[in-house]
Amino acid sequence: MTPNLPLVILVGIMVAAGVTLVLERSLTRILIGFVLIGNGVSVLYLVISGPAGTAPIVGLSDDPMSDPLPQAMVLTAIVITLGVTSFGLALAYRAWQLTGHDDVQDDVEDDAIRRRAEKDETSVTFDEADAALPDEEGSDRPRRIAPRDGTP
Amino acid sequence: MNQIVLLPVILPLLGAGLCLVFGRSAFAQRIISIAILALVVTVAAVLLVRADRFGPQTVNVGGWPADIGISLVADRLSALMLLVSTVVTLCVLLYSFGQGIVEFGRDAPLSVFHPTFLVLSAGVSNAFLSADLFNLFVGFEILLVSSYVLITLGGTGARVRSGTIYIVVSMISSVVFLVAIACVYAATGTVNLAALAGRIEELPSGVSNLLQLLLLTTFCIKAAVFPLSAWLPDSYPTAPAPVTAVFAGLLTKVGIYAIIRTQTLLFPDNDLRTLLLWAAVLTMVVGILGAVAQSDIKRILSFTLVSHIGYMLFGVAIGSTMGLSGAIFYIAHHITVQTTLFLVAGLVEYRSSTTNLDKLGGLARAAPVLAVMFFVPAMNLAGIPPFSGFLGKLTLVEAGVDDHRWLSYVAVAAAIVTSLLTLYAIAKVWNRAFWQPAETGHEAGDDLGHDSHGGSMHGRSGVSTKTERTSTWKAVDDDQQRLPLGMVVPTLMLVACSVALTVVAGPLLAFTTRAAEELQGRSAYVTAVLGGGG
Repeated sequence: MTPNLPLVILVGIMVAAGVTLVLERSLTRILIGFVLIGNGVSVLYLVISGPAGTAPIVGLSDDPMSDPLPQAMVLTAIVITLGVTSFGLALAYRAWQLTGHDDVQDDVEDDAIRRRAEKDETSVTFDEADAALPDEEGSDRPRRIAPRDGTP
Repeated sequence: MNQIVLLPVILPLLGAGLCLVFGRSAFAQRIISIAILALVVTVAAVLLVRADRFGPQTVNVGGWPADIGISLVADRLSALMLLVSTVVTLCVLLYSFGQGIVEFGRDAPLSVFHPTFLVLSAGVSNAFLSADLFNLFVGFEILLVSSYVLITLGGTGARVRSGTIYIVVSMISSVVFLVAIACVYAATGTVNLAALAGRIEELPSGVSNLLQLLLLTTFCIKAAVFPLSAWLPDSYPTAPAPVTAVFAGLLTKVGIYAIIRTQTLLFPDNDLRTLLLWAAVLTMVVGILGAVAQSDIKRILSFTLVSHIGYMLFGVAIGSTMGLSGAIFYIAHHITVQTTLFLVAGLVEYRSSTTNLDKLGGLARAAPVLAVMFFVPAMNLAGIPPFSGFLGKLTLVEAGVDDHRWLSYVAVAAAIVTSLLTLYAIAKVWNRAFWQPAETGHEAGDDLGHDSHGGSMHGRSGVSTKTERTSTWKAVDDDQQRLPLGMVVPTLMLVACSVALTVVAGPLLAFTTRAAEELQGRSAYVTAVLGGGG
């Protein structure tokens, strides 16, 4: 089988653009990236189904017919991608309702470590300058809700 | 008779539809869910017996021949996974009824939970039974999409936050799986596992290694194997207790099942054993170090879940009959025990409104039944001798020693260290939440001011006045302090199951050895799928 080069290049571009978007913070961009990757992979299924032929109905013509199996698979994949994307959009909307933005937020673990650091429950390797901050109740409150990097 | 292989997939889907029809009546939904899952358990048991006696049970959906259509196969491995998973699902469902009023009553519409739960069960069954890669993908998607709904149930802030990470990671892993399937099809012209078994051997080793790596990457994300496991400990704990329990028990094990199936059937003489062994070692050690550092029961359990995935991968990587047998045994053991522990964590949360060890204390005296329910599976997880966890680990360690390679010895050492550290992490939970009185929790900075609420506890359980005065339990009224029977009984059932696994360990180990031999033989599976069925 000789693969169809323009299609392969198209797959590459779509997936690369999709991966770039997925690495963003905003869930909406991640979803657009996911759609791009998903569509890129769908095109990949066109590549693997080999050269295009006639409709895959036995007895219709003597010319070589297209391979129907990848098309059946890619239909399923498209439907699944559609469903997942719509769920993701609903999730992004819900996140926006709750927080006013749809950024994917940090692991709670990072937060917990920061809090423990402020309580001096740290290992000796913890940065001295930060640990020396006042840690009475109240004075460390604003730091807890301090903005994550990048967002106001 | 082979047609019953279809039932574990069809029945829950049918049940989900019926649940939606009766969406207004929680009672009808419960009856339907229980009846369906009980039926599936029966079917799985029948399949297990038949697969053991007569070889793999096959059915070609719609009567299409296996190479074109979709086949479902229940061999010994699939049937065992199916039985264990459905029993666990049934118990968790019963537990969720008990918890329903508390957790779901206000937070989320009940009508969503039951259908989604049944669809999840259908997806898990489909993944265990499917005999071709694309149907495996569909099974994964069914269970993943329903897990998206379950993990964000109620749409609270915390769940949306942790659910987002889980969903994005799962979506990406699904896309990787699609790429893997496309490559497999391009290289071989089929996605049927049995047909692939022969055709992949004919491929150049570079191509087959690429296919293997693609499939392994996908399944390792789903199974939370070390470099790809970071999503799990953060996303599981915030979901409702029954949801976390069923995820912890089943979803990662589906990934491990897929690894076992593809490794044994498609890549029997693989060059990647060393890589897999390293992944197993790192998963065990890094996972358990995470658990040691945590101070929340649910998070500790999530990390032990990651860590113990390493044991199963270890058995697969060794690849001998004993290694595979140990891995299969360990999966059965671990599904039961890990689910039980998460259900108990749910009970602790119900009892004390928190699972944070800094705020817990004195539970052994205040709730002795709860303490026993935690202690037995916890010791089982850590691998204390009489229990099945010990037997599973022993089999894996023996298999590792028999392998006679230095890396296997490293893995054996890692397995033993991990076991000890698991005991340490579990002992920490036991000491701080159950044994140690609650005063220290108070010193640890809990200033919520619930000191006056120990009163009603005093009369029933005889806690000393001192403990009562300094108790940091959150305000709970009389009803909440008594654990609801609807939650305790299913948990007890699962504890009994995990103990029963110890009692029947001999026959079970013999069975898993037969399953491992069947996997290594490959011919039974291939002839069952390609030769017969109907």
